Amino acid sequence: MPLFVVTPLAATFLIMIVGRFVKDFNKYYTSLTLLFLVIISFSCLFNIGENVDVYKVGGWQPINKIPIGIYMVMDGFSAIVVCIINLIGFLVAIYSISYIKRYTSENYFYALFCLMIAGMNGVVLSGDLFNIFVFLEISVISAYSLVAFGVEKNELEASFKYQVLGSIASFLILFGIGFIYWKTKTLNIADIREAFKTGYDKSFYLFVQLLILSGFGLKAAIMPFHAWLPDAHSSAPSPISAMLSGVFIKAVGIYVIIRLFFNMFVITESMAILITTLGTLSMVIGVFLAIGQWDIKRLLAYHSISQMGYVMLSIGIGMILISRGVKQEVAALAIAGGIFHLINHAAFKGLLFLNAGAIEYTIGTRNLKEMGGLAKSMPATSATSFVASMSISGIPPFNGFFSKLIIIVAAITAKFYLLAALAVIVSIITLASFLKFQRYAFYDKSDEDKRPEAKEVPYPMIFSMIVLSIVCLLLSLLAVPVVRDAVLTPAINILMDPLKYSSQIIGL
Amino acid sequence: MEGMTIIVKKTTQLIAGMIFMYGIYVIAHGHLTPGGGFAGGVIIAGAFILITLAFGSDFFKLVKEEMGTTMVESIATIIVVLIGSAGFLLGTKIFFNNYLPKGIVGDLVSAGTLPLYNIFVGMEVAASIFIIFLSLIIFKEESLK
Repeated sequence: MPLFVVTPLAATFLIMIVGRFVKDFNKYYTSLTLLFLVIISFSCLFNIGENVDVYKVGGWQPINKIPIGIYMVMDGFSAIVVCIINLIGFLVAIYSISYIKRYTSENYFYALFCLMIAGMNGVVLSGDLFNIFVFLEISVISAYSLVAFGVEKNELEASFKYQVLGSIASFLILFGIGFIYWKTKTLNIADIREAFKTGYDKSFYLFVQLLILSGFGLKAAIMPFHAWLPDAHSSAPSPISAMLSGVFIKAVGIYVIIRLFFNMFVITESMAILITTLGTLSMVIGVFLAIGQWDIKRLLAYHSISQMGYVMLSIGIGMILISRGVKQEVAALAIAGGIFHLINHAAFKGLLFLNAGAIEYTIGTRNLKEMGGLAKSMPATSATSFVASMSISGIPPFNGFFSKLIIIVAAITAKFYLLAALAVIVSIITLASFLKFQRYAFYDKSDEDKRPEAKEVPYPMIFSMIVLSIVCLLLSLLAVPVVRDAVLTPAINILMDPLKYSSQIIGL
Repeated sequence: MEGMTIIVKKTTQLIAGMIFMYGIYVIAHGHLTPGGGFAGGVIIAGAFILITLAFGSDFFKLVKEEMGTTMVESIATIIVVLIGSAGFLLGTKIFFNNYLPKGIVGDLVSAGTLPLYNIFVGMEVAASIFIIFLSLIIFKEESLK
């Protein structure tokens, strides 16, 4: 299991040394490393089942059942997220082979990219609160420098904004971890759960929860904390935007929030209602901010906020039901919808950012008003972006439909009619804004003579986009009960039953 | 760049070596006393920074130094990764396993792999802090041109 962290970490520094002397070493080595990680992550996903796999770094065994070393934990939920990270990372690495040629110092790009992957894998696999913070900083700091990779005015401004807000978030998280350590005398997530179960001071508990929620909420760009996201995601090089938007905000934001609030804290109703409200807010406001944008990457970035709102909303519904202790099967359905939408969003938002990068690569602009008629000259980009747009707006054969359907059905059966109605309306507005994207970018036939010449992008880029669009279609299969039982159900069970998580880790 | 006055240069010549030795002392006793790789590395970087500040350096030499320091940093880090992975490769299947003999508590050569980690972490920290300093002055020289 630690291979997920060690391999990309070693790749980073090998690239820095060997890449200086051997041309083209960096791109092929990065792709090979990530291909290897994809293979082992999928084998983990299919082998893990209902088990919880614990790895004690350095071989430190617990003394009197008190864990003293750093634990790495792999269960159904983290296996899914690790698969997403490495799959999208692999496709992005292949895409970068042609895309990143126009920048100088490719070595630094690939080295930072591997470092970011190592950090994210570490966050997802860590079973230790402080270790989460360390890996979080590794991945976030490489993300800062990757956002500023173009070294132009806009990029530097976006990166600076991101750094300021990111540092505030890190401060809040560290503060929260410090408080938890002070009260419970341990940093292991499962052990903290045991300590919290025996009783706690209520105001202290609320304060810590708010610190953790706002810290990781800043990383995940939930509504009141979203200010950095549109700038950072639109100024980064396109493969990195796909990584940041498709994977990064999930791995270091949503994943940690879900993991900590389900498996570490005891779920309280007030916190569940707060999370639902924040999710609804970001879902609704994000889409209204998105529809007016003319810069394609900004439009996609605002949609990320809105789609993350869906995930938070359904997770929040699940939490409310669990805390009230009613309708556990509906709660399971809501959580299933949230995780399913999280997987889907990685696929289609990554694909959309890669499409935006392809358009920018060919005609050199991100403004929708200056494009048009690209459907004829760039058939592969046009077709794949059609798939992605239909997925994100929830049109039946594609994956987005099924996850949104599950979320809406869960909301209705839990009697949250207003939330269900809002989810439908937001979905329709999403469809409208993506029809706008399709029309202005690909099908607009007016003023054809004034437009710049366009031709199809190189093969590595086409390969990544086509594979991702096939993934978009295949993910619909997760709605089929057999596949869902194999992949999603272990993740839901581990979240629904925190006792199982903690008992398997510290062996009570 | 010409560097500073003769007083500063002479004092630096006297002090820099001592600072360097002290850094090595902190690194070498990392497993016995407070301090270790990180603290000692910062002290060693301080010695280099002092020399560069006092004696000045021209632009092309700086760029060359920056290249070399980056190499040292990357090599040191990769050795740390290798030492960590060695436990995995040497049969126990556990990363960061302390596979060397532990020795007597309090001896300079004891505690298995810990002194090795300290030495290479020290190299890495010294190199990276020196790189930060070098890139700042390289940037200043570039903007002056």
